[in-house]
Amino acid sequence: MKKLLFFALAFIFLATSAQGKTLKMALDADPESMDPHVQLSGGMLQYTHLCFDPLIRWTKDMKFEPRLATKWERIDDLTVRFYLREGVKFHSGNTFTAADVAWTMDRLKKSEDFKGLFTSFAEPKIIDDYTIDIITTEPYPLVENMATYIFPLDSKFYTGTDEKGLPKDAIVKTEYSFANQNQSGTGPFYVESREQGVKMVYKRFADYWDKDSKGNVSEIILTPIKENATRTAALLSGGVDFIAPVPPQDFDRLSTNKDINLVSMAGSRIITFQLNQKRKPEFANLKVRQAIIAAIDNAGIVAKLMKGTATAAQQQGPEGFDGYVEGLTPRFDLAKAKQLMKEAGFEKGFEATMIAPNNRYVNDEKIAEAVVSMLSKIGIKVSLKTMPKAQYWDEFDAQVADIQMIGWHSDTEDSANYSEYLLMCPNKDTGKGQYNSGNYCNAKLDELVNQANVENDRVKRRALLQEVEKIAYEDAAYVPLHWQNLSWAAKKGVDIEPVVNIMDFPYLGDLVVE
Amino acid sequence: MFAFTVRRIIQAIIVMLIISFIGFALKQSVGDPVRELTGISVSAAERDAIREKLGLNDPFLIQYGRFLKGAMQGNIGQSFFYKKPAMEVILNKAPATIELVMCCTFLIVVLSIPMGIYSAIYPKRLLSRLIMGLSTIGVSVPIFLIAILLIYVFAIELNWLPSYGRGETVNVWGWESGLLTLDGLRHLILPTTALTALMLPLFVRLIRSEMMEVLETEYVKFAWAKGLPRMRIWFVHAFKNTLLPVITVGGVQIGTMIAFTILTETVFQWGGLGFLFLEAVERADTSLLVAYLIFVGIIFVVVNTAVDIIYGLVNPMVRITGRK
Repeated sequence: MKKLLFFALAFIFLATSAQGKTLKMALDADPESMDPHVQLSGGMLQYTHLCFDPLIRWTKDMKFEPRLATKWERIDDLTVRFYLREGVKFHSGNTFTAADVAWTMDRLKKSEDFKGLFTSFAEPKIIDDYTIDIITTEPYPLVENMATYIFPLDSKFYTGTDEKGLPKDAIVKTEYSFANQNQSGTGPFYVESREQGVKMVYKRFADYWDKDSKGNVSEIILTPIKENATRTAALLSGGVDFIAPVPPQDFDRLSTNKDINLVSMAGSRIITFQLNQKRKPEFANLKVRQAIIAAIDNAGIVAKLMKGTATAAQQQGPEGFDGYVEGLTPRFDLAKAKQLMKEAGFEKGFEATMIAPNNRYVNDEKIAEAVVSMLSKIGIKVSLKTMPKAQYWDEFDAQVADIQMIGWHSDTEDSANYSEYLLMCPNKDTGKGQYNSGNYCNAKLDELVNQANVENDRVKRRALLQEVEKIAYEDAAYVPLHWQNLSWAAKKGVDIEPVVNIMDFPYLGDLVVE
Repeated sequence: MFAFTVRRIIQAIIVMLIISFIGFALKQSVGDPVRELTGISVSAAERDAIREKLGLNDPFLIQYGRFLKGAMQGNIGQSFFYKKPAMEVILNKAPATIELVMCCTFLIVVLSIPMGIYSAIYPKRLLSRLIMGLSTIGVSVPIFLIAILLIYVFAIELNWLPSYGRGETVNVWGWESGLLTLDGLRHLILPTTALTALMLPLFVRLIRSEMMEVLETEYVKFAWAKGLPRMRIWFVHAFKNTLLPVITVGGVQIGTMIAFTILTETVFQWGGLGFLFLEAVERADTSLLVAYLIFVGIIFVVVNTAVDIIYGLVNPMVRITGRK
């Protein structure tokens, strides 16, 4: 009898616990704030996807999927009409309407980090409670891409003043603000507690609108673990269920472990070197630039240094992006590189300087060292200086070296973004070419990107962007290395495969845990 | 004693001023905090506006003056990353480090004294050789390696102990303690072992060599000759005099431990001060860095003062000369 009772109790316990799963997760960083508009970073976007919902979001195959907007249509060159989901509640209990979308867009334009992305957006027009027109000041093909950044905030919740008499909607980067410590969105989770840099606890929102989602995680405990070895150890020892990113040196070990589920895919962050044509007249010579690209075995770097956890690149945007050109061939060819140097009149080579960060990109310092030794084979003697990222960007901006490393991820998940920041002629007024330390400048390329930016016809636009990639390829405008892979690992039974994506925002609301 | 204390406080203030000045001078070269506070696509003009707002564009001396003025009112700066006063952030993290260091200190005292004395009295015995051999390894193997090894064996392979974090903590009068829960204690074992493994050999060797020296002195020989019981000779006559240099070194080492448990804390994701420091450097959270340097400076001054006082208590000769 006692035994029976015990089993009955055990069964009840199991049955009840089956409904609520806790996911212990270790990422390399936690969000900088609870205010989604305070900073534009990977950690913040991951958080925003948990606690807020975008109007629409990216699917795994780079298409759009409805979230708070159920459908949308282009009305004219400047306007896209979004039809909003009805019956959606915020965490505070307020009802979500078009006014929240308009309010959020207004706030985005006040945010130092987001305003740049929303410059071509005019004030949206509310048609009724569940219809809103998003209007741009000029034809703008990326309205949908940008709608993935519009995570409606609870405008009632963030309006007014807090106990300290400060406005609740203030966006504050370095001090206390209401929005830095309180949160109300429509997302699958809300923040239950947060100890910055130590632990963050999310709880599932009982009134979450998406009842079709199979997600069964009722609690997420996020621990930021920056140290690679420690993060892997936490997963292997069962301390956590889910880690990201997976350090390259642990790929083999985790992928052969039958209790671990490792998922990786090519990311969209391109790692490149820029050759400064202004500082170094030699780099203004096309043949020299071609020789440098031919001398660098980027597939070898991927295989050896990155242990296969990257994808060798010949262009900026990865496959799936509009500008992607099929069949740009790898250019590594040492003999040809030497030949090109000879033709350019630098058979004896020359000296150059190089800088690279040592804690920003995966294996950044080692990659730079490898490239230095590869360049020495065609007579280019490079003196390399590496430094932590906190010091790197000022040096990068000041263009202190002839060759500078930079990685770029497109905020808009679109090819034009790379060229705008990295390849267009530097222009202080328009802000174009802000990170073009190679000083590559090609009027044709600028013209094409500008055209693409106002071309609403997807097919025409794709042709323009592909043309851009081809020009950069022919011109040897910069040295492409690889796209870093994204990677996640989880215990068996935590089905991460369907919820991770190339943007690196796992949709944990839909995560199924056995 | 009063004059001594006053002199000490004045010294401390001067030391703090120097530390803050050096910290401030260093802070310029750590990097630009605004870069860490903004996304990469934010325009240069926008970034400069933030810098202006935070007062980072002001000349060095104006910034330093503003800092001193704030410090006078008990405000040693604002952590940009934590969006809170730096002192609050530091005090929040301090318990983690202090508990770790306390446990290590306890272990070191309990282990190093018997081990040191034993290997000094019986230097030729097998156990002594074993102790010395192990301590050589302890001194020469980097703590990072010890820590990783511990994690590998006890967390991953045997799965006995957790590999990261502090576990469950309880709040006792504002002090987040991990010492009072089973989970917290389990989390404490590996980091404590790693840090102890680093510090213990130093003390064992120190006690041993000091003790061996003392055992050779005339007065100990005289004590033997007088036929005193050996326990009395070893512990009362010899060991007491061994303690002086050990306390001096120990004091400095405890300060070092508090300030520089950095590696241990990083490997074990131990949310204490060392960890905080490393992260602050990485994020160029410069005002937090300055605050941290000052905090550590205060600890050093306090610990050294305490060491001087204890020194005086153990050896009255020192106290008399100090009073001159």
